Amino acid sequence: MRLINQQLSPPMATALKFAPFALLIVAYLLGSATRLAENPNDKLLPALSSISTAVDLMAFTPDRRTGDYLLWTDTWSSMKRLSAGLGISTALALVIGICVGIIPFLRALLVPFVNFVSMVPPLALLPILFISVGLGETSKIALIVIGVAPIMIRDLAQTVLALPREQIVKAETLSASSWLIALRIVLPQVMPRLLGSLRLQLGPAFLFLIAAEAISADSGLGYRIFLVRRYLSMDVIFPYVAWITFLAASADFAIDRLRRRLFPWSELEGGR
Amino acid sequence: MTITRRLTLTTIAALGALSFAPAAWAQEKTDFKVAWSIYVGWMPWGYAADTGIVDKWGDKYGISIEVTQFNDYVESINQYTAGGYDAVTLTNMDGLSIPSAGGVDTTAVIVGDFSDGNDAVFIKGAGGLAEIVGRDVNLVEFSVSHYLLARALDSVGLSERDVKVINTADPDMVGAFQTADVTAMVTWNPMVSEIVAFPDAVKVFDSSQISGEIIDLMVANTEVLADNPKFGQALAGIWYETASLMTSDTDEGAAARAAMGAASGTDQVGFEAQMAATKLFVDPAEAVAFTSSADLGATMDLVRAFLFDKGLLTPGATSQDAIGIKLPDGTILGDTANVKFRFDNKYMQMAADGGL
Repeated sequence: MRLINQQLSPPMATALKFAPFALLIVAYLLGSATRLAENPNDKLLPALSSISTAVDLMAFTPDRRTGDYLLWTDTWSSMKRLSAGLGISTALALVIGICVGIIPFLRALLVPFVNFVSMVPPLALLPILFISVGLGETSKIALIVIGVAPIMIRDLAQTVLALPREQIVKAETLSASSWLIALRIVLPQVMPRLLGSLRLQLGPAFLFLIAAEAISADSGLGYRIFLVRRYLSMDVIFPYVAWITFLAASADFAIDRLRRRLFPWSELEGGR
Repeated sequence: MTITRRLTLTTIAALGALSFAPAAWAQEKTDFKVAWSIYVGWMPWGYAADTGIVDKWGDKYGISIEVTQFNDYVESINQYTAGGYDAVTLTNMDGLSIPSAGGVDTTAVIVGDFSDGNDAVFIKGAGGLAEIVGRDVNLVEFSVSHYLLARALDSVGLSERDVKVINTADPDMVGAFQTADVTAMVTWNPMVSEIVAFPDAVKVFDSSQISGEIIDLMVANTEVLADNPKFGQALAGIWYETASLMTSDTDEGAAARAAMGAASGTDQVGFEAQMAATKLFVDPAEAVAFTSSADLGATMDLVRAFLFDKGLLTPGATSQDAIGIKLPDGTILGDTANVKFRFDNKYMQMAADGGL
């Protein structure tokens, strides 16, 4: 039988699904045990017990200085920045993307510019951003928008341009105005794609958020990681990385669910 | 199938474990790795490596020393703590909070200098230190800047509760100071000399007011040092030869200062200005006297109290005594069963006696 036609039994499939995770955990435990045997205070690969102590300290014990539960205040600050940045980017992408897609005048005006801007490496702009808009929340949100919005705009404009021309012509024969075509033909059809594009930008958005928080902040997930890095607290860094991954994966899942719920027709099979 | 699979699993796991295993420490060896980062008091190490002084002393003791410059200070300490390097340049405070708190027994081989104005507290606008109340203070959290701020606030009867600390990366300090929402900052040289030039910057406190408390060291892994005293001797030889060269009033001295200035992003004049704010120990006898004085114990006591207060003295520490600090006269501050930070006069004394 050819390799590509292999049939996996359900238990086999399940086992394979978990194997890489199990392998990672086993490798970590072995490495951790080796290092801890050498030096019981080693910080590089802490034992699970010290990780759980750190989690307890960060998430379920009020901080000695401020009385806050650090993990939750960090999550709250970061999520505010992230949702503001992604919200603004999505709104920009929707408006500019559709305009650019259907109005030739705006297309000629904006497409080369947006394409050009989307190639600027956002992290290289960081020093300029900090000096021009200050170290506060604005610069962090602006970094996310600069990093994410141009790509989303391009993606949405492409989607609009890819709509069958016949639909537009048909609407025109029924005497629809440009406005009506944008609203009733284009908008509903690009909405699922907008959510898909948003999903794909979650990763980059987190990257920009953490980079901005590393430079100047007083709370946030990226801030905490770069702060405790100063004294090699891997017992805090590992749970934070896991938590960020979990947040991103949940957001990804939630947006996809939302798309299926709102636009069931956009899913070929099993849409609901 | 199962056997193959199990074998693969074991191999991969073993590979993973191996790659995480610490570098072999201890025992006599001939190759040593030293990490350093850009700072006025550590520039001699880079200069010594570039001009062959390191090799000269290495040859004398039959060892080879590889000197690596790190662009990131914290990364150099982390690499040392992880076991990748035998020695590193750091401050007394970071030595206690990073390698020692991480269980790596560390010995200060050379007390190179202390900050005598290299670290400073700035506020914008007129007024004195008391004006800082209620402001956001930009600094590298948990660094010597944070310690300096704590000492500064203490000196006017304030505490950290009276200000709000904003963690800011050190490369961005100068840029950040020019933005409107930054009104107070604590940082170190070379940033201090740039910030002091801004018209609205007022220096309200600096490290010369806590003279001798922020100490720059060359530390080495205690085990490596115990098994290889030659390594300590070579380090001392390199340091005192380079230090006397860079402070000498000769053409070679000026050339050394110019080279170190260029390597730290300034020039000879800028570098000499930074040297003026640094008490460099050129004379080993002076370093020995400084390290042996009772003041050092008092300083380390302040430092460990600060670290404990910030929760940096190992996570589970219940008191500032969690880590033992051994002073040259043999007194131990803190836990005698967990001595992880040591000041050792031995090699500096050898240099003073001309015994290298």
